[in-house]
Amino acid sequence: MAKAPANGSGPLLDIRDLRIEAKVYPPGEAPRTITLVHDVSLTLEKGKVLGLIGESGAGKSTIGLSSMAYGRGGVKITGGEIILNGRDIRKGGTQGIRALRGREVCYVAQSAAAAFNPAHRLMDQVIEASILHGVSSRAEAERRAVALFKKLSLPDPENIGKRFPHQVSGGQLQRVMTAMALCSEPDLIVFDEPTTALDVTTQIDVLAAIKEAIRDTGVAALYISHDLAVVAQVSDEIMVLRHGKLVEWGGTQQIIKEPRQEYTSALVSVHEIAHEEKKPGASPFLSVRNVTAAYGGGKIKVLKNVSVDILPGQTLAVVGESGSGKSTLARAITGLLPPEEGSITFAGRALGNRLADRSRDDLRELQMIYQMADVAMNPRQTVGTIIGRPLEFYFGMGGKERDAKVAELLDKIEMGRGFIDRYPAELSGGQKQRVCIARALAAKPRLIICDEVTSALDPLVANGILKLLLGLQAEEGVAYLFITHDLATVKSIADSIAVMYRGEVVRYGPKSEVLKPPFDAYTDLLLSSVPEMEIGWLEKAIGGRRMASAGN
Amino acid sequence: MSNPILKLIAQRIALGLLLLLAVSVLIFAGTQILPGDVAQSILGQSATPQALANLREELGLNAPAYVRYFRWLGGVLTGDLGTALSSRQDIATAIGGRLWNTLFLAFWAAIVSIPLAIILGLLAVRYRNGWIDKTISGLALASTSLPEFFVGYLLVYFFAVKWQIFPGISTVYDGMPFLERMKAIALPATALTLVVLAHMMRMTRAAILNVMQSAYIETAELKGLSPFEIIRKHAFPNAIAPVINVVMLNLAFLIVGVVVIEVIFVYPGMGQYLVDHVAKRDVPVVQAVGLIFAAVYIGLNIIADIAAIVANPRLRHPK
Repeated sequence: MAKAPANGSGPLLDIRDLRIEAKVYPPGEAPRTITLVHDVSLTLEKGKVLGLIGESGAGKSTIGLSSMAYGRGGVKITGGEIILNGRDIRKGGTQGIRALRGREVCYVAQSAAAAFNPAHRLMDQVIEASILHGVSSRAEAERRAVALFKKLSLPDPENIGKRFPHQVSGGQLQRVMTAMALCSEPDLIVFDEPTTALDVTTQIDVLAAIKEAIRDTGVAALYISHDLAVVAQVSDEIMVLRHGKLVEWGGTQQIIKEPRQEYTSALVSVHEIAHEEKKPGASPFLSVRNVTAAYGGGKIKVLKNVSVDILPGQTLAVVGESGSGKSTLARAITGLLPPEEGSITFAGRALGNRLADRSRDDLRELQMIYQMADVAMNPRQTVGTIIGRPLEFYFGMGGKERDAKVAELLDKIEMGRGFIDRYPAELSGGQKQRVCIARALAAKPRLIICDEVTSALDPLVANGILKLLLGLQAEEGVAYLFITHDLATVKSIADSIAVMYRGEVVRYGPKSEVLKPPFDAYTDLLLSSVPEMEIGWLEKAIGGRRMASAGN
Repeated sequence: MSNPILKLIAQRIALGLLLLLAVSVLIFAGTQILPGDVAQSILGQSATPQALANLREELGLNAPAYVRYFRWLGGVLTGDLGTALSSRQDIATAIGGRLWNTLFLAFWAAIVSIPLAIILGLLAVRYRNGWIDKTISGLALASTSLPEFFVGYLLVYFFAVKWQIFPGISTVYDGMPFLERMKAIALPATALTLVVLAHMMRMTRAAILNVMQSAYIETAELKGLSPFEIIRKHAFPNAIAPVINVVMLNLAFLIVGVVVIEVIFVYPGMGQYLVDHVAKRDVPVVQAVGLIFAAVYIGLNIIADIAAIVANPRLRHPK
């Protein structure tokens, strides 16, 4: 441990009435100051873990970073006291702050892949803070780093430090970053969404490694996440935040079992949408038969002999981790990546393999919605233009007729006509995705391919999108091919499920059958890796696993 | 060193050679298109038709253009750059000494300007948007905006005429003592430094600022590193490729683009040699100098490309 607290027994971290502000420069308006964090207080005892949870914009990361007196961009700490080890760090000056960063408090970022310097070997970066602050000699720091690599169950702990960041997988990098934070033996580590960017099967490993490391080193931690089930696995206490204000703060058990605030209950029950599976009565209108597809001129096979059917008005969910070929399947169906072998039949006729071989009507019948709604829209077009485009292109609509239809579509996505003249930049993440849905719907398609459409959204917003999609399906009779890595989403929306692993469909059928034991090893791994809102779930899940995740 | 990197480097070199060949065709074609007749310009207006015909025969000017091109190219490849028409001297010998002079001047200008530009760039990033940054950027911009002949004459006015510290005419000769030589080139080297400094400094600043947005800079800040350490250790290594590129471009300029400076200071380098012989319509000299300049330019750019490849850890250490 770094320094003994000045006053003996006080808490490690005591934040009082923290106020954080930022100057924003809205286009065409005078700069103004907005308050990101409104007088939040928290205390953290030595060796304890406090989870900070909330949707984006809740101020979780901002509060976490304030323990290092750091503000991202134009963010400034304008009020309150941050007492670490018995002293107010804001009074310590630049030198004092620099001395505590990387020494008393360390930081683990969401994307370790971006947070490591690509120009240096991992070991040099891991031990940099220890040497800088004179915690130990280089040899001693390296010994400790290797021991930490071992503890975090990294492969080849002796030599992994000699690698460059791009030579190590995302899940491993996240663990190396944890080792980096632990290496200078700090009193506190700020974990900022450390598993959010990882596959669910990798997340569980990293989560277990982090938890064990916290327990064995006795370091205290602020664990920031938007996923309550994840936070519940590692935290002693949980603090729920919204719009920079405290909503609720309590023990983990209390928060997840007896939430006192409405917002907390909404977070707890977020994954529960009851969805009755539709009977597979009708014959499929789109059949994918034995499709094999490859990149790099046939060299890298990403789809191997895949066959699936899509029934009218129903949802086929395709699940798997990154690299399993889910998105490639969508590209093959849409004609963006012509398959090497196999065929796709649509409404009884064979669909051209290449995009150029398809008629405009074929194109209209298959629409897509993407994960990143903001990059899927032209930032210089208004919502009205974006939604009106397919109406003009496929139906030749114009003028009043088109405007009326756009307004009708905006009503359908529960946004209202006031949005017609807005630009994408003025919309929230959920609203952007709704506009993308309206654009797809405007073409009156029979199938919409949804590629991870809720992955970039906050849970409550994502929930709204899923409910909207289900409602639209009931109204319009449109079918979905729903690509996701999130099994909770699958349970909420699917009628049938295809589980993909390394380019192959390993399990396929109606939802009730696919989710009914006995499972094959991969489906079992996938299902058991989804965090549950249950204390002790992590240990149980790790203990009961039959295969290692592909990320390792 | 692994295979892919060697392959990339080999590709660059092969491309460079191909480019040089294309340039040689262009140079040759360009000098053919120029109006006037070499024999006529040697013998003058009063030459008899018979004398002109004899000279053309002697110079091989009656052969078709492609034959003359290959004859010229063959000569170049064997080190024979031909004979100057005006002085009847061997071009290779005449160029040898002058190329050395040009390289000497470029070398000292580079030794001063490159480290200075990079250090100023680092300082500008460290104190970005403060008065240090603005002063550096302002002075650098001013020195680039002034035409090089103006900078040259300013230097001559103050250092040679008014204060008489350095000579205004940079005469150098074989066997000149080193210190004398350094004194002679002081003013042209300073002028060149001022011309290339701003470009390199501003590119260094921009390249590093670009890297400063990266998440790993935040990581370094949160380790408690000082701002200058962050720039030096974490930002600069990732900005090295664009910096090398602009440094090489300016090095090429120091060798190829010194014509004006050499003329102002009457410095016996390649540029002055080229200008003299353009005036005399001495086509073989113009061709030879043009080809050498092209080779220098392409060569330095290949070096920049290779350095950028080698500086990239993803290429140096494949998965």
